Amino acid sequence: MVNLKKLSKQPERLAPGHRMCIGCGVTIGIRQILRGTEKPVVIGNATGCLEVCTTIYPYTAWKVPWIHNAFENVGATMSGVQTAYEVLKKKGKIDKDIKFLAIGGDGGTYDIGLQSMSGMLERGHDVFYVCYDNEAYMNTGIQRSSATPYGASTKTAPAGKVKQGKERFKKDLTKIVVAHNIPYVCQAAIHNYSDTIKKAQKAFKTYGPTFMNLLTPCTAGWVYPAENTVEMSKLATETCFWPLYEIENGKYTLNYDPGDKKKPITDWLKTQRRFRHLFKPGNEKILQEIQEHVDSEWEKLKKLCSE
Amino acid sequence: MKKMKTKALTGADAAGTAMKQIDPDVVAAYPITPQTPVMHKFAKFIADGEVHTELIKVESEHSAMSASVGAASAGARVMTATAANGLALMVEIVYIAASLRLPIVMNVVNRALSAPINIHCDHSDSMLCRDSGWIQLYSENQQEVYDNTLLAVRLAENSKVKLPVMVCQDGFITSHEVMRVDLLEDKKVKDFIGKHKPDYPLLDTDNPVTYGPLDLFDYYFEHKRQQSEALTHVFETFNNLSKEYEKISGRKLNLIEPYKLKDAELAIICLNSSAGSVKFVVDQLREWGVKAGLLKIRMFRPFPKKLVVDALKHVKAFAVLDRSESFSLQGGPLFTEIRSTMYEIENKPKSVNYIYGLGGRELKLDHIRQVFEDLGKVAESNKFKIVRFLGVRNG
Repeated sequence: MVNLKKLSKQPERLAPGHRMCIGCGVTIGIRQILRGTEKPVVIGNATGCLEVCTTIYPYTAWKVPWIHNAFENVGATMSGVQTAYEVLKKKGKIDKDIKFLAIGGDGGTYDIGLQSMSGMLERGHDVFYVCYDNEAYMNTGIQRSSATPYGASTKTAPAGKVKQGKERFKKDLTKIVVAHNIPYVCQAAIHNYSDTIKKAQKAFKTYGPTFMNLLTPCTAGWVYPAENTVEMSKLATETCFWPLYEIENGKYTLNYDPGDKKKPITDWLKTQRRFRHLFKPGNEKILQEIQEHVDSEWEKLKKLCSE
Repeated sequence: MKKMKTKALTGADAAGTAMKQIDPDVVAAYPITPQTPVMHKFAKFIADGEVHTELIKVESEHSAMSASVGAASAGARVMTATAANGLALMVEIVYIAASLRLPIVMNVVNRALSAPINIHCDHSDSMLCRDSGWIQLYSENQQEVYDNTLLAVRLAENSKVKLPVMVCQDGFITSHEVMRVDLLEDKKVKDFIGKHKPDYPLLDTDNPVTYGPLDLFDYYFEHKRQQSEALTHVFETFNNLSKEYEKISGRKLNLIEPYKLKDAELAIICLNSSAGSVKFVVDQLREWGVKAGLLKIRMFRPFPKKLVVDALKHVKAFAVLDRSESFSLQGGPLFTEIRSTMYEIENKPKSVNYIYGLGGRELKLDHIRQVFEDLGKVAESNKFKIVRFLGVRNG
């Protein structure tokens, strides 16, 4: 367990007053992650909700050095920042121990920024990459991404008379990252601050590229009352839709197993308006497919974690 | 006396050697023909421990420029090189580099853009970036590649300028052909280049800054205005640096180079290696009594309007050679620039445009003679075709 009392004394690195939505899961998660190190940190942020809403000129909510370059290139941008650090340190121009954090949303990571992140991971830069996954292009007004779950209604894959939202299952980005054989990869969710902070601590402490896929519920895109954000995150793990696990030097560990208390996926789906159409008569098959998919992925993961 | 070493170098090697002597902190690059030998040369210097640079072998040109932006923001001295489609791929970030006022220096080995895919020289790649806010220097030969690259670092980092610089050379024609190049001693270059003093490095964690915030209708325009203001300081800064460079090298680098233009009646204007061929033809025509001249443009962005007007205003007719097509049907980018520049003067010379050399099509001496011959007719005529194609079937 992390010591909440101690953590609460750490200086806040993301100031209040930014313009993220009420009930946004992203800032909750990022504030947890920033508690993962007490060392100076330099942040790179891909275009997206977090970037747009925290830096409307002439204001900034960032109390640490921060750079936004473009949508698809936070991996490459931070490769440059971190390499500059290595060189300048070698030349004796910097003596501090600085940590590097790259942040992108699911659009900026699963989709348009995948190559840039992959390059950063493969080259072995000492950067902690956090993907805040809210399962669609929320900043541009809720369009489908490859992180959008099967059946979810978005503006570009809406539920209608003949279509029932997204027709493909969510891409398993965490596994793609695992395939890079980097020292530390994990999945986390914002309701479990203790788990998330512990993982951030590990990631910051590890030399080399590290990655966290962080589920961040979105009140605007998932459509639920703003006060339910933490509950949304919790249900995603209790239904095993979003398992909490980590891979340290290739070894899988399951961080949370509901065991017999595993809830049916509908418990999570029915709380969000983006899935409302799935509960109409005739869509039972889709609900069943989703449940089967969750079950089979969960079993596969449990197996990996028991090896 | 100046101590110099003369070497037989390709344009790519000249760029790589300049980079070695500059010894930047970070280089991020991706392979593309005909830029590759620049990076081969430089990578060998790294492998031999002759430079202290960290080379980021990125997975695309988009990432090359992205990493360059990151490293330059962090406070490093940064260089890169590319060509053609590679430059096209990075163009989004090329704009960002200039807008963030990052003094990155990039060697562009000019090559035609696709489609059809073609690896040979034309200027469609760098012309794609002409409005990106970068300073653009063009190089007639291998020596100029070397000189321009050294000067570019100082120009980019000047406190009044703080803008990235592209140093262009013709793919294969310059990049792969060997010429004698006078090199400065390493120490002289080091003293000339000086130390890099970044303004607001990201790595200064005690003084945190936010790079690249969202900037809306209330401030964006002012930032763009500042960017164009910065470009107004480029000419004077370049001239001052040129004087300083002349002292250590004996070579004078001008924004434009008029060649036998003072008393010329007919003139050609062009960029990069074609200037060498035109000089040869001008000399020949002069022997035959034709008052021919050349205006070579070294700096295309920002455009040294006053110098160009003064150099050209007395001629009867001039032809602008464009090694890229703008598809405006009003001529290539160099032509429209110069025509607009000449608009305000009275008794304008007559002017025509030749699109030539696309995809590496050779510019022959006969072509240049043909242009001067045409110009003779244009000078005497009131009706003539303005935009022409040179050296193409069914031209």
